[in-house]
Amino acid sequence: MLIGGILVITRKNPVHSALALIVTLLAQASIYLMLYAPFVAGVQIILYAGGIMVLFLFVIMLVSIDRSMRERQFNSQWVAGIIAATALGGLFIAVYTKGTNIFPDHALPVVENDNTQKIATLLYGQYMFAFEIASLLLLVAIIGAVVMAKKKI
Amino acid sequence: MGQLVQYVQSYLKSNQTPGAAGNIFWMLVYIMLVFVGLSVAVIAMNWLERKILAHMQVRLGPMRVGPHGLLQPIADALKLLLKEDIMPTEADSAIFWCAPFIVVLAAFTVFVVVPFGPTHAITDMNIGILFMLGVSSLSVLGIVMAGWASNSHYPLIGALRSSAQMVSYEVAMGLAVVSAVLMTSLNASGTGTLSMIGIVEAQQAQGEWFIFKFFPLGLIAFFIFAVAMVAETNRAPFDLAEAESELTAGFHTEYSGFRWSLFFLAEYSAMIAVSSIAVTLWLGGWLRPFPHWLGGATWDQIFSFVPGVTFLFLSAITFFNVVRMPKHPYFRIQTIGLAGFGAVLGFIGLALFVPGVRVRIQDIFWFTAKVAGFMYLYIWYRGTFPRYRFDQLMKMGWKVLLPMGLGVLLLTACVGLFQQNLWHR
Repeated sequence: MLIGGILVITRKNPVHSALALIVTLLAQASIYLMLYAPFVAGVQIILYAGGIMVLFLFVIMLVSIDRSMRERQFNSQWVAGIIAATALGGLFIAVYTKGTNIFPDHALPVVENDNTQKIATLLYGQYMFAFEIASLLLLVAIIGAVVMAKKKI
Repeated sequence: MGQLVQYVQSYLKSNQTPGAAGNIFWMLVYIMLVFVGLSVAVIAMNWLERKILAHMQVRLGPMRVGPHGLLQPIADALKLLLKEDIMPTEADSAIFWCAPFIVVLAAFTVFVVVPFGPTHAITDMNIGILFMLGVSSLSVLGIVMAGWASNSHYPLIGALRSSAQMVSYEVAMGLAVVSAVLMTSLNASGTGTLSMIGIVEAQQAQGEWFIFKFFPLGLIAFFIFAVAMVAETNRAPFDLAEAESELTAGFHTEYSGFRWSLFFLAEYSAMIAVSSIAVTLWLGGWLRPFPHWLGGATWDQIFSFVPGVTFLFLSAITFFNVVRMPKHPYFRIQTIGLAGFGAVLGFIGLALFVPGVRVRIQDIFWFTAKVAGFMYLYIWYRGTFPRYRFDQLMKMGWKVLLPMGLGVLLLTACVGLFQQNLWHR
């Protein structure tokens, strides 16, 4: 995942960056698998790697990449970048060493066999409202895309 | 040596897939078996497609290379291996090299969860069907990469069209799959399952194949999936992206020799994979026909003779053709070859009558027979239907199949809920 992430930001060719992003997303799916969340891993592969990245690739291929490949790569905000990265890394280390009471039991609940059923019960039972709001958000996005792409309204 | 035989025998009595048992040796053996079986199936599909298309068009097809063209696929494979490997200049060589690799990877990895029997799968994930849909959607990426890396406009247009078509029909496929998975939850506890073996066992427990359940809802869902799977694998009548008369050869124009054969292998493997999904979800997987209506031990016994009888029938047809071969000395080797092939089929048929083999093979046989039926349907569609134009294709995917899929899903949910309420009053 780290290699994929580094390749995303260092490649000059945007198609290579998009492919490195696919590798990163697949690595993320395997991290979900290691955390005993097979459903999220499967959905990550279907939606992210198989859907969203295809759209990314469409757009990248329709935009001419010759100009962007001839541009010099610059990195003029490296001071702010280093400060932000150090702060984030310090936060990670702090949570890892001192924050053991954030998650009450140390081991992850191994609910692998009926993971999907448990997710479904939670999603359509306790979090139904959030689910409906998210689907309304997606509907607004679809309507917006159709309106923007129509020839005459 | 004795220990090895003992180890083999002790495993054959087990009732778990190798993945569930955590047994790496047997997992590797199953993987090799599936890989070899798949390669043989792709080669056979090549020959069968040319022969069956030819017979549908009232001509003979390949007849020269072996007896009745049986060695034609081997000749094709040799030709492809020996061809010069051309890479266009200005092509992005890294992506050009990776693209067939990704398509083949996606097409072959899917077979890890395909259930050939209650314990005959490489593993049985509890997100089986989700895994299959997800990994088969990774092949779209390979196609887009192939079209881009060729650095020429015909492959690019072909790749973009092909991937747009595949993404559109994935939605319809997903809805049909969801309505079938919904039917697995119509049991006492009210929980369904996404695992492939679980879906077939649900059909066994409910006593009917899902294609006949809540008639006609199961049938419509099956129909949506059957149309979407043909479009998903870019086969006729949805093969505008690779139609020779329109776009040279679509996204694999610039690929020659071995790389093209990888695309070809991946296309046929994807066909077999989506057919296995259809067979598992609607046609009862490895269950023999009429599992409930003609149930009982005697009918099981009668149906268990069918594999052997099928192979003996095929060998009888082969020997009939041996007799019909021309009696010219040039055809002597071909006649002997065909007779040998017939003898092999006969031996397999006789071997399938042995009681121990009969019981374990029949699950695999019924599954393979149903998938073979789907392959025949694929070839039949290619020989029958004219091609869809691209805008008609996209219109059908979004405006016809998607609303139908949503409707079937809603109706299946309503009818299923009604049935559950009637049971648990």
